[in-house]
Amino acid sequence: MLRYALKRLISLMISLAVASVVIFAVIEVAPGDPASFMLGVNAQEDTLAALRAELGLDGSKLERYFNWVSGMLVGDFGTSYTYRTPVSQMIADRMWVSLPLALYALTLSTLIAFPAGIYAAARRGKPGDLTVMGATQLGIAVPNFWFAMMLVLIFAINLRWFNAGGFAGWDQGLWTGLHSLTLPAIALALPQAAILARVMRSSLLDILGEDFMRTARAKGLSRRQALWRHGVRNALIPVLTIIGLQFSFLLAGSIIIEQVFYLPGLGRLVFQAISARDLIVVESVVMLLVFAVITVNFLVDLAYAAVDPRLRSRT
Amino acid sequence: MSRNLILGALLASLVLLAALVSFVWTPYDHAALDIPGKLKTPSAQNWFGTDHFGRDMFSMIMVGARTSIAVALVAVGIGMALGVPLGLTAAARKGSWLDEVIMRGNDLVFAFPSLVIAILITAVFGAGAINAIIAIGIFNIPVFARITRGAALSLWEREFILAARVSGKGAARISAEHILPNVANLLIVQGTIQFSLGILAEAGLSYVGLGAQPPTPSWGRMLADAQTMVSFAPHLALIPGLAIIVTVLGLNLLGDGLRDWLDPRIRVARA
Repeated sequence: MLRYALKRLISLMISLAVASVVIFAVIEVAPGDPASFMLGVNAQEDTLAALRAELGLDGSKLERYFNWVSGMLVGDFGTSYTYRTPVSQMIADRMWVSLPLALYALTLSTLIAFPAGIYAAARRGKPGDLTVMGATQLGIAVPNFWFAMMLVLIFAINLRWFNAGGFAGWDQGLWTGLHSLTLPAIALALPQAAILARVMRSSLLDILGEDFMRTARAKGLSRRQALWRHGVRNALIPVLTIIGLQFSFLLAGSIIIEQVFYLPGLGRLVFQAISARDLIVVESVVMLLVFAVITVNFLVDLAYAAVDPRLRSRT
Repeated sequence: MSRNLILGALLASLVLLAALVSFVWTPYDHAALDIPGKLKTPSAQNWFGTDHFGRDMFSMIMVGARTSIAVALVAVGIGMALGVPLGLTAAARKGSWLDEVIMRGNDLVFAFPSLVIAILITAVFGAGAINAIIAIGIFNIPVFARITRGAALSLWEREFILAARVSGKGAARISAEHILPNVANLLIVQGTIQFSLGILAEAGLSYVGLGAQPPTPSWGRMLADAQTMVSFAPHLALIPGLAIIVTVLGLNLLGDGLRDWLDPRIRVARA
């Protein structure tokens, strides 16, 4: 297990290193000089040079890359070109919207998908199964930002149960905060729930064909008992992997959903930074998201290997 | 043939037909403004109503189909053109350093949150259909490489490949003449699924303003424009959304149907 963990850790490090180089390189070739963008067309050459030095833009590419990476390792993401505040502070503020939103959506997705998938598998080929499968086909085809707009139309504009957008902030109380994240979380969760329900169903169907399920029935358990005691538990293993993967989809998906609901999260930060050519913010947020995704996948792999020794031999 | 296959083919060809017909005919000029006739609800004159500039929604949806299909199709093309040879090479040189490099590279691209990188690419290099195609296409490469390698590996164990080797064919020729035709079915199915994912990705990118730029109509941007008017003109948001759903649903059903139809094992089991 230790060897496996080490091997995975090394490949995690390599992934992160390559990711940082790619992101740095993409930002590096971006047209436009942040200093001249900030000072405008009438800036004097010496003021520009001074600002470049202040922003650390005057070093060689290699120097700047290592400054950026070593800064990030100690939590220093640099200073925003436009706001002149530490990027780490900006990210920390926005994180309190994006992260709870992704977790909220993940919870909803799981709560919808588990019963739906189990129900469909237990009624394989019957009308109940066909209805659930039809609904998931539709759920996968719906773009989440469009679904978000429809939720706003129905629940915010017509029924007035929720606000159409904005975020009250957590200092207004947990309930108020959750309330303003509910519609975005539902919009994010639906397509993921559809995928998860399908995985749950097919995983459970595989298990139901196993010999130990027949044994469970033979020793006198009812269909329902066998399904819950032996079926669902075993079917959970592949489902958990998908849940891990979904976390990254949800975090990335929240970037677009935040636009629909005008939520002050990481997504809005990225788009504001893009239009202000505040590239250091874009660079850092993207790196952070990639880091989160790669790390979550790593942790899922480890958890998976800890539970199932057979997986350790596979790379 | 299954119900999925027929329904999927029907929906997908409906959208494809709309896109093709739009080259020669649309009910109105999709870019023609008619401010007095703005925000009309669907009627006999304007089947899908008109938008806030009085443009005919039906014509815009038809031309928008062109954008979506073109972006997603070329992105699938990029994924196949690069991913399939990579997968074939990795399988032919199984266990070599080349195989290792290709597969690790694949894992790396897989690990990236594709949407985030697509946003990064289009943000840095400028918003536009071409950059959207590249951003979506890059993430199709590992999908095709992995599926090709997986299928090719089991084929390399088969006797007819051994026969080809004995007759003196090299790895490249065997890959092209024997492996590729045998994985084609799989690639068609996966291509259909990636196509539908591409439609969704294109819609998302153009919704946030990083896809095809005006005046080219795109479904995603129609939705972005409709957002502020959803309270008094819900049809503006409803119709492009339904267009996306019909397309994606059609392609997904087509993919599922094709998989069942092309997979001889399932066909035998059913017969």
